[in-house]
Amino acid sequence: MTSSYTSRFEALRPKLIAFSLLQVQDREHAEDLVQDTLIAALENIDKYEGSAQFDTWVYGILRHKLIDYIRRTKRERERFVSDDHEIDIDSLFDNREHWDADSKPEQWKSPEDLHLRSDFWEVFDLCMLHLPNNTARVFALRELMDLETEEICECLDISEQNCWTILHRARLKLRGCIEKGWFLKGSPA
Amino acid sequence: MKSCKKASFLMSKQLDAPLSLTEKLSLSVHIAMCKNCSRCNQQLKQIQNTCRQRHKKEIEDTKPNR
Repeated sequence: MTSSYTSRFEALRPKLIAFSLLQVQDREHAEDLVQDTLIAALENIDKYEGSAQFDTWVYGILRHKLIDYIRRTKRERERFVSDDHEIDIDSLFDNREHWDADSKPEQWKSPEDLHLRSDFWEVFDLCMLHLPNNTARVFALRELMDLETEEICECLDISEQNCWTILHRARLKLRGCIEKGWFLKGSPA
Repeated sequence: MKSCKKASFLMSKQLDAPLSLTEKLSLSVHIAMCKNCSRCNQQLKQIQNTCRQRHKKEIEDTKPNR
């Protein structure tokens, strides 16, 4: 039984490392955390009831390990450098700061079980890759790891105002990307 | 507030922190008049909710067996 899980882990490993690298710049550390995750998952395989999506379950374990790591190392890490200015949100608006015709939000048709749709998360992950690194990091801490902005600011040593600006740009950029990549692509209802 | 760009900042900020009364008012007045921003507001909320739902599921899935 364990061997079939081992092959599923191996298939998942590159994605887990990419997710880990968002928060942990050092590749070796990022890979170590993924390794720990796989070991923890194997050790707890009897707790995996099979009802859950296997990938989601393993991601959950990695998420806990990453949060733990971020809290533990917040003093030792190098200074956080904002890179959200690389996202051009001005071009989404015209000179009166109204939505530009090409970027205005379209109507979304979304299925009820959107959060269970792996095809949606594939597009979502790709869109995340288009964000500048440190911006993606803040967004992931907030929305994928569910930390409050206060804690994010403390961990990264940035102001709340700075955090809100970064999240604003990240969200507008992601919104447009997900819309083009999924909602307007005739996604199966 | 006439600017959709400024309105979008408040839409995002309200997902992270409570808005002041003035911010709340100017955002809701803008959204009531602007179809694009009203959509954008719903969609940003939806993105956050979808991420949250995924979490909740992860947490439920990682609960140990009784």
